[in-house]
Amino acid sequence: MINYARSAVTDWFEGLGRGGILAWEAVCSIFRGRISSRDLLYQIYFIGIKSQSVVLITGAFTGMVMCAQTYFQFHKVRMDTATLAVVSVSMASELGPVLTGLMLAGRVGAAIAAELGTMKVTEQIDALRTLATHPVDYLVVPRIMGTVLAMPLLTAESIAIGIGSGYVVGVYLLDIDPTYLWHNMLRYTYPQHMASGFIKATCFGAMLSVVACYKGLHCGQGAEGVGRATTEAVVYSSITILISNFFLTMLLNQMLPT
Amino acid sequence: MIEVRDLKKSFGSHRVLDGVNLKIEKGESVVIIGASGGGKSVLLKHLIGLTQPDEGDVLIEGQNIAHMNERDLIRVRTKFGMLFQMAALFDSMTVAENISFPLRREKKLTEREITERVSDILEMVDLPGTENKKPAELSGGMRKRVGLARAIVYRPEIVLYDEPTTGLDPIVSDSIDQLMVKVVEKLKVTSIVVTHDMRSARRVAKRILMLHEGKIHVSGTPDEIFSSKDPIVHNFVNGISEEKEHNF
Repeated sequence: MINYARSAVTDWFEGLGRGGILAWEAVCSIFRGRISSRDLLYQIYFIGIKSQSVVLITGAFTGMVMCAQTYFQFHKVRMDTATLAVVSVSMASELGPVLTGLMLAGRVGAAIAAELGTMKVTEQIDALRTLATHPVDYLVVPRIMGTVLAMPLLTAESIAIGIGSGYVVGVYLLDIDPTYLWHNMLRYTYPQHMASGFIKATCFGAMLSVVACYKGLHCGQGAEGVGRATTEAVVYSSITILISNFFLTMLLNQMLPT
Repeated sequence: MIEVRDLKKSFGSHRVLDGVNLKIEKGESVVIIGASGGGKSVLLKHLIGLTQPDEGDVLIEGQNIAHMNERDLIRVRTKFGMLFQMAALFDSMTVAENISFPLRREKKLTEREITERVSDILEMVDLPGTENKKPAELSGGMRKRVGLARAIVYRPEIVLYDEPTTGLDPIVSDSIDQLMVKVVEKLKVTSIVVTHDMRSARRVAKRILMLHEGKIHVSGTPDEIFSSKDPIVHNFVNGISEEKEHNF
């Protein structure tokens, strides 16, 4: 039992170390200018454009639910017109980046881990290396950069659609006065909330793509190995996003006071 | 040109290579034979730095690559081309994109020159007109030809073949053998083939090395190997297994 626990802890630290090395190699590769713009554009298209529907649906329904739930509580104390302000601040600083991150961890993280894992078990990554191409330059960097660039944009969309759909629910379903609803939203939403959301989104993008690339490149043998790598990529990147969100919230609250 | 000194490699408690020593001269055509799971592919991967040894040295033109980092290895690997057992074609790319991949990464040729080079190499491997096919649309033999085309398109000095005829029918295997001979003759490359296909070994090799129990057991010309009286070599080249009692 003690040996098992020791081995699990050692494996965890080993994975953390290797993931850190992979991230560092990717950063070095970016600064050495080894990125192919064609590959980067494809990744931005795959990660950014193709994730639109899932991010927009998540953002819209989260905004709608958030608006309804806030209204049900605020209505008791006659604060109906503050409803959209709560939706806006929550979407901008927390729900927008976290939910977009989780959705991308599921859609993009799984795709990256499965693709790289399959390439590994079919020796395509070894083939790349024999063709004098570093897998970090060709496979990892475009995926990390694509995710890091796409995440803040997708988060912005998610925030906008969340607030918009909250407004529609508030005005047309819950009969809140539209003028005060909008005015209070603008009054209580500060640029710091938006900045905090975009900084978080960028960090989450980097984390989930590094975790997914690491899991793909270090997957086990055969279909079982690819399956496990894909599952672990989604689970670990989701957990990383949720845990780091707390620390980022505390840090950004100090750095960007409202 | 290629020298391996006292190479040792274990996976867990299983020692796969247990002190391999060999030398391969420039322009030689060498075949490494040995039992399945005997470490032939592992040895081949050490020659191009895909696997790092536990002990020993791998010298490519005097440069020890045994513990070289990945970035430095990239420069050494430009000398090599490798055909993988299952061809390892990039399945998201077409045949032309697969073959032109190393040329595009080098960025030395124009788009027109790349297209011409791809067309010429496909002609050489008897697959003209397959530029726009995806690997999934090709048969096993065709994939190996495309894999070989990709490995030689940038004119490497050394070509490594990992089980080039495994899983192919005798006719296709023969055509792959002919292709390997053609590559050596036309491009004057050093060729190292790992196989347990004895027909292929006899046809392609100028020298055969036999890997047995993690060491080079014997080295000689095909005639010497095929007429060897050594029981291990004799049994292997003639496909004779030791009799075992089966209690069903």
